[in-house]
Amino acid sequence: MTNAMPQQAETSVISAKALNLTFQTNDGPVHALRDVNLEVGKGDFVSFIGPSGCGKTTFLRVMADLEQPTSGEVLVNGVSPEAARKARAYGYVFQAAGLYPWRTIGGNIRLPLEIMGYDKATQAERVREVLELVELAGFENKYPWQLSGGMQQRASIARALAFEADILLMDEPFGALDEIVRDHLNEQLLALWARTQKTICFVTHSIPEAVYLSTKIVVMSPRPGRITDVIESPLPKERPLDIRDTPEFLEIAHRVREGLRAGHAYD
Amino acid sequence: MRNLIPVLTVVAVIVAIWYAAAVWLNAQWVLDTAARQDREIGSAELVLETWSQDKPRLPAPHQVVTELWETTVQKNITSKRSLVYHAWVTLSATLAGFAMGTALGVALAVGIVYVRVMDMSVMPWVIASQTIPILAIAPMIIVVLNAMGLSGLLPKAMISMYLSFFPVVVGMVKGLRAPSMMQLDQMRTWNATQSQEFLRLRLPSSMPYFFASLKIAMAASLVGAIVGELPTGAVAGLGARLLAGSYYGQTIQIWSALFMAAFVAAAMVGLIGLVQRVTLKRMGMA
Repeated sequence: MTNAMPQQAETSVISAKALNLTFQTNDGPVHALRDVNLEVGKGDFVSFIGPSGCGKTTFLRVMADLEQPTSGEVLVNGVSPEAARKARAYGYVFQAAGLYPWRTIGGNIRLPLEIMGYDKATQAERVREVLELVELAGFENKYPWQLSGGMQQRASIARALAFEADILLMDEPFGALDEIVRDHLNEQLLALWARTQKTICFVTHSIPEAVYLSTKIVVMSPRPGRITDVIESPLPKERPLDIRDTPEFLEIAHRVREGLRAGHAYD
Repeated sequence: MRNLIPVLTVVAVIVAIWYAAAVWLNAQWVLDTAARQDREIGSAELVLETWSQDKPRLPAPHQVVTELWETTVQKNITSKRSLVYHAWVTLSATLAGFAMGTALGVALAVGIVYVRVMDMSVMPWVIASQTIPILAIAPMIIVVLNAMGLSGLLPKAMISMYLSFFPVVVGMVKGLRAPSMMQLDQMRTWNATQSQEFLRLRLPSSMPYFFASLKIAMAASLVGAIVGELPTGAVAGLGARLLAGSYYGQTIQIWSALFMAAFVAAAMVGLIGLVQRVTLKRMGMA
């Protein structure tokens, strides 16, 4: 795909410039995003953290072409979000797994592949591959209700990975799960990221989750939704769970907390 | 077995009340007849006679059962005296109308869900159509269609359709809108076409609503077919039996036709329920 800014496309997978988004509601305009600028490089793991109403999900939805910005510019893979969506450039993982009860796990993962017109043999191969990637091999013919919540969310990640998009957009995918399952899935997600080299944008409201996972942490604050801090994580790529007790980890967590407080999030 | 006892108890109570009501409603006629014949009548005699009249106000249960037996099992089903024959005449119109009504209902629902103009405009007309008494409009449909050279099954099926498309429209609009915003957004992220979204998400999601609508539509369709038979001059069908019965005061015939109609409706709704159970179970939605 050619575009006007080839240089930028090489360095930046996602680029937002002077992005504004205002929702018109009955109570007057709501500034969901104000003057948001961000560059996400290839292979980055970026977390968006902030309290409710800070626009982190809205920003993710703008990248996915599910919301239209009021002004400003967003490029995904160097093209508009709409073009990126039509090129199936990203996989989107929602808060709930949203698996279809009438389809098996394999059938659910096959769903986007069917829609995109993959042939049967490729479908079967991709389903097998991504199920292995999320450690659900052998569950292909089970139905969603036969799986735990954590396994269902893993299946939904597999579904987002199935069509080989190199961007993964995740909107609080582990928000509804308990802490133990969450730790386990965080670990798995890091391993998956290391193996697949994908660029991941991850919305969360958990500080430890954001610090543990990310190479870059974007701290946001509400009313109007804006970015207050962008923290490049100095943590190594290899991250065992007990890295969370190291001084470096705690220092970043502290900075995130400061950033959240500076945004007067809980006035 | 545990379920059978309460059911049988209720049935027994209903039958008992029915017999008592038959005595109460038919006693006057027995007393008048006895008075005219200058005959003394004992209470046991009175009760027995109220249960065995030719044209009672309220036939006793065993009279209806006997009539049902004689007109179903003991008659050739091609005979015009067979209730099975009449039930089939009504049922065939019912099924034709039900099929047409379901198709029309689903088509309208799809239009309402996908076309904004239809969403804004169709529903009030659909509701208005159901506020017109069917008894008023049925003869006109029959007459108009007759003038166009259509008679027999089709006009009756049209009236069935008129009644049965309504629950399907209402149920299917709700059903096709059952998918959450998240599921619809998800389809968008995959750049799915409208027909892919319809076939893979909206249609399967609507199935529980669809079956619930079908049950109501089937019952309404049967009522439509019976009503449609009334203005045709009582040629054939359960409606014709009802009408002929009321012309000649054949209350036993009326009641047996009513029971036949109830039985047919129960059987059809039960059949839909069976398909529903199997389908939804296989779809993981029950």
